[in-house]
Amino acid sequence: MRNKLAERIIFAGVDVGASRTKAAIIDSDKNILGWNVRKSGTNFTLSSNLCLAEALSMAHADKSEIRIAYSTGYGRKNVTFAAGSRTEIGCHAKGCYHYFPIAMTIIDIGGQDNKIIKVDENGKRTNFKMNRKCAAGTGAFLEEMCLRLDVGLEDMNGLAADAEGIIKLGSYCTVFSATEVLENIRNGKPLADLMKGIFYSVIKRVLEMDSLTDKVLMTGGVVAYNPYLVKMTEELIQSEILVPKLPQLTGALGAALFALESRQQ
Amino acid sequence: MTQEIKPIRKKIEATGLMNKYMAEYFHELDDASKSRDRKIAWCTSVGPAELLHSFGFLVYYPENHGAMLGATRIATDLIPYANAIGYSPDICSYLTSDIGSYLTNNTPLTKAYGIKSVPKPDVLVFNTNQCRDVQDWMAWYAYEFKVPLIGVNTPRTPTEVNDVIIESVAKQIEGMAVELEEISGNKFDPNKLKAVMALSKECTELWKEVLSLAATKPSPISFFDGTIHMGPAVVLRGTQHAVDYYEVLLTELKERVANKVGAIEDEKYRIYWEGMPIWGRLRQHSDLFAGLNACVLASTYCNSWIFSDFDESDPFTSMAKAYTELFIVRSDAAKEEYIKKMIKAFSIDGIIYHDAKTCPNNSNCRYGMPRRIETETGVPSITINGDLNDLRMISDEQNKTNIEAFIEQIEENR
Ligand code: SF4
Repeated sequence: MRNKLAERIIFAGVDVGASRTKAAIIDSDKNILGWNVRKSGTNFTLSSNLCLAEALSMAHADKSEIRIAYSTGYGRKNVTFAAGSRTEIGCHAKGCYHYFPIAMTIIDIGGQDNKIIKVDENGKRTNFKMNRKCAAGTGAFLEEMCLRLDVGLEDMNGLAADAEGIIKLGSYCTVFSATEVLENIRNGKPLADLMKGIFYSVIKRVLEMDSLTDKVLMTGGVVAYNPYLVKMTEELIQSEILVPKLPQLTGALGAALFALESRQQ
Repeated sequence: MTQEIKPIRKKIEATGLMNKYMAEYFHELDDASKSRDRKIAWCTSVGPAELLHSFGFLVYYPENHGAMLGATRIATDLIPYANAIGYSPDICSYLTSDIGSYLTNNTPLTKAYGIKSVPKPDVLVFNTNQCRDVQDWMAWYAYEFKVPLIGVNTPRTPTEVNDVIIESVAKQIEGMAVELEEISGNKFDPNKLKAVMALSKECTELWKEVLSLAATKPSPISFFDGTIHMGPAVVLRGTQHAVDYYEVLLTELKERVANKVGAIEDEKYRIYWEGMPIWGRLRQHSDLFAGLNACVLASTYCNSWIFSDFDESDPFTSMAKAYTELFIVRSDAAKEEYIKKMIKAFSIDGIIYHDAKTCPNNSNCRYGMPRRIETETGVPSITINGDLNDLRMISDEQNKTNIEAFIEQIEENR
């Protein structure tokens, strides 16, 4: 059995984000064999190695079986085993198009940046935007709010979904928003309504980045753990939103697909 | 480990001569400032410098000093001094860093030329054709040095520069002659003005030819080279040195064209830069693009010192026309036409818009222009956020990712 597996040709993609590192292992038919998500920490080389090892173990594969590995993300240059690298913009586009081969607008909400990427029906990128310098509307904003409210990250979604009302925040700024949130808490406003307002703020920041055209798709860690945020976005834009099976993994998958393509070239 | 490619940029040999002329220029100003044997006028970069030269003034340009503060990366440390006395961090960072430089007596002229401080002015001259900030900037120095402040208030954002506008600007320039006679102690001499205009025109035509060589493939000159080599067109126009310098530079670049030598190794993508340079990141950006085989080869910025309308036989009207026809003065409709022409002329694959936080006048991406041009021409674009001098406004990593992703996009869509 082991020998047979050893003949496989596999490809790896690692997406080293500012907050989380993700790895995907695929075979030459583009099937996902294994994957992993872990905190990036401060040593990107170490976290990419550990992440890859976990993904390989899930795929029941050995590092030696990897034909080519590609890296992407903020720490892509720190991935020592990668033969090449692409930006996360290109990798998300590729990963999403793999799941949904249609013209689409991808909204990726990451730990420290948000992206809106437009892809045409042939999978070609036509446009993209990243958030400006500020982290308002990103995962970092949500983390900061949770910290101030003493709410666990895993509890955000449930709270927002159960809210009966919504308390909207007025400011762009993460620090001012936190002050606003605390002021509302002092005034006895329900936590759930505030959490919904915080989600609303994230969505507004994203929607003002660019117009949405064609089908809309959402990815990223925030989306992976907060399906209610997707539901709220659907209500706001009045259109159904596609979410890939592993929304946090599209960048790593895209990198693995680039690795596969590089062999074919 | 994924390899960082070592970019190869070609050195321009004429640089030595430019440095020599620039050094002479600053020393002449410094000598005059100390001895007071020649009058000094400070002038905005697209102000009526020719008129000032005709009166015998040595002309100093605070914006050039601003760019030096940016390029040497000391601007970011100096800006807060101006902020602290009431100049907002949101206004021109040339202005704030220059005032900060004055307040702390910290100038890059010291390290570059051994000059202790900027030359003391006898008169300050502005033209609001580019922005209002220049007027307020000069007003600060008028107060500090107790010297006269005079200027031209040009109507901004016209689509067509019509006769009414030209006449008004021409009259204002001509009107300054009266005060300048008094300040300089010299009578206005139309022949001297004609002679200066002729030299300025010659400089302009040569500089234009230098920049137009970028239309060849590969381009012999990059935008980053241009931002350095435009120095003489800004501060030495109207003098023989500017003409001499551009003749030498032109010869060298023509030789490159003849030998198919590009400004970067293996040019694959041809990029247009719209907006101000990020002075403190010139080297970094130049390396980044060169490493991606992308040559940023044309820009609105470097072309801003081409004054084709100069005509020595009609100095005031032609000066008014040339200084008002400029890109920065015009409406978005006129600017769009200009950029579309540039895309064609230079066979551009993509446009980078630099949205400079403190200069809305040079950041032409705030009123929907990128999308309009992209839709019409099919040439993709990207906006990066930054600033000319205030490095606190920049996220290098994000700009790098944006630029790399943009070049990838162009590559993938070929
Ligand atoms: S045009 Fe912009 S950079 Fe130049 S002086 Fe005016 S505000 Fe400053």
